[in-house]
Amino acid sequence: MLVERHPETAAASTLVLRVADWPGHLAGQHVDVRLTAEDGYQAVRSYSLAAPADGDQVEVTVQRTDGGEVSPFLADDLADGDAVEVRGPLGGWFVWRPETPGPVLLVAAGSGVVPLMAMVRARAGASRAPFRLVHSVRTPDDRIYGAELRRRVAEDAGLDVTWIYTRKAPDEDRRGTGRLQPEDLAAHGWPPDFEPTCYVCGPTGFVEAAAAMLLAAGHDPDRVRTERFGG
Amino acid sequence: MAGATYDGNLLAGPLAEVFAAEVTVAHARCAGCGRDSVVAELAVYGPDPGLVARCPGCSDVLLRLVRTPDATWLDLRGTAALRLPT
Amino acid sequence: MSIVTRGFRGRREGADDRLPPGQYLTHDFPVLSAGPTPVVSRDEWTFTVRSEGGERRTWSWAELTALPVEEVTVDIHCVTRWSRLDTVWRGVSLDALLEDVESAADFALVHSHGGYTTNLPLEDLLDGQAWIAFEHDGDDLSPEHGGPARLLVPHLYFWKSAKWVSGIDLLVQDEPGFWEQLGYHDYGDPWREQRYQGD
Ligand SMILES: Cc1cc2nc3c(=O)[nH]c(=O)nc-3n(C[C@H](O)[C@H](O)[C@H](O)COP(=O)(O)OP(=O)(O)OC[C@H]3O[C@@H](n4cnc5c(N)ncnc54)[C@H](O)[C@@H]3O)c2cc1C
Ligand SMILES: [Zn+2]
Repeated sequence: MLVERHPETAAASTLVLRVADWPGHLAGQHVDVRLTAEDGYQAVRSYSLAAPADGDQVEVTVQRTDGGEVSPFLADDLADGDAVEVRGPLGGWFVWRPETPGPVLLVAAGSGVVPLMAMVRARAGASRAPFRLVHSVRTPDDRIYGAELRRRVAEDAGLDVTWIYTRKAPDEDRRGTGRLQPEDLAAHGWPPDFEPTCYVCGPTGFVEAAAAMLLAAGHDPDRVRTERFGG
Repeated sequence: MAGATYDGNLLAGPLAEVFAAEVTVAHARCAGCGRDSVVAELAVYGPDPGLVARCPGCSDVLLRLVRTPDATWLDLRGTAALRLPT
Repeated sequence: MSIVTRGFRGRREGADDRLPPGQYLTHDFPVLSAGPTPVVSRDEWTFTVRSEGGERRTWSWAELTALPVEEVTVDIHCVTRWSRLDTVWRGVSLDALLEDVESAADFALVHSHGGYTTNLPLEDLLDGQAWIAFEHDGDDLSPEHGGPARLLVPHLYFWKSAKWVSGIDLLVQDEPGFWEQLGYHDYGDPWREQRYQGD
């Protein structure tokens, strides 16, 4: 059941859902949300858990895909008190555990930042593993969790965040605009000999490209984990 | 793998309806080329009309899953072995 | 039991009497694929019919397109519930291809590049009901929609209209194809809503 919602950007909203008997979850896991229409028609989509569980309340952040069947409904229309079916927590590969030592490189585009934000949030107070997040967005207005990430960079020691702008950059950003390049990962990621665990998430084309850059830079394939959102 | 829309992470929910263990962390051996892949890293097409998981090496089908209104159909012919960490 | 989510309708528009039950109208052309898109050039493309006795007849691209080419306007219905009305195709009727193949078979198993298969009664491929199509809405059929050529059997759900078609086996006994092995209906008539086995 939806208990609360707040906008993250013009296209993305965070939904707080109450799920009875929620068992808790790991950062990076997702849920499958099933919607059923009055006439029985059903649609299922996956959404990453955005934050550690708060009792039986879990958070997801849904970015609207124009023309999509489910995401515009969830991002815009689902109202407080409305019921949806939630299955989870799901997945055990694309997860980070606070007890895992060693540096972490997080690389995301668009809503791919959601499971990585869960890792950043799970780290706070529980781990001192050095984290670097590189998030590719179209414009400064598309920085999901932008304000919280800037605050955390100031407060959470050992966390760095870099935004890559593909369409429009802030005036003070010297990189300018354009898709993620190997140089961006070289400048704002970790070198391969630090042996970071890399998590790459977002639209499928982005994940393929970014993972290929990491492998070409010499990161061990066993330490590059990917999650493709489709598209 | 080029062309697939998703990866095996998407299989977590559908497989959780069938198996007690978290199968996406299992290693699957391709019956075609022998390559060992973590299920989460298979190339997944679908979800409609059904989920089709292919080998990232040779693109043979390892797993197919279809949900009909009253049944789940699972085909693992292309998987020579599934190794689950315990 | 499933919980109904208030206000959720899915991607559906109002009914139209040209839409089979449970279908909605779409104006774009969704791409569904079960594997990587095979790259096949027209030069290397062939189409082979194999009879139940093992006899083979193969057409090259030039031989196919030397046969009478028909233009048809048909409605297509995907089992995933979208339908498109008045789609225009150019291709060669299966009647022209199967004309001089000697066979007493009742069933057909259609093969595609990339390994896809689908089965249907042979009679559903005959009498102006099926084509090897290579143009769609005035353009060469694109690879993601099955180019160079796909089967077109519009009176059945569209999974029967195999993309990247490479040949047909004529069989005495029915043999289920890629989706028919895994819960989908053997015949797939959209007007009788034969989506899954048992429908
Ligand atoms: C493991 C996992 C985790 C994920 N986590 C998140 C997350 O945290 N946040 C998030 O926002 N997303 C996440 N996603 C993506 C999410 O599951 C959905 O894919 C996304 O929200 C789009 O769904 P949709 O129903 O809106 O779009 P869909 O209806 O699935 O459509 C997607 C695109 O295809 C087009 N399309 C498809 N079919 C048709 C058709 N028949 N007619 C016309 N157009 C069509 C649409 O126009 C659209 O552009 C995740 C995905 C996975 C696999
Ligand atoms: Zn293989």
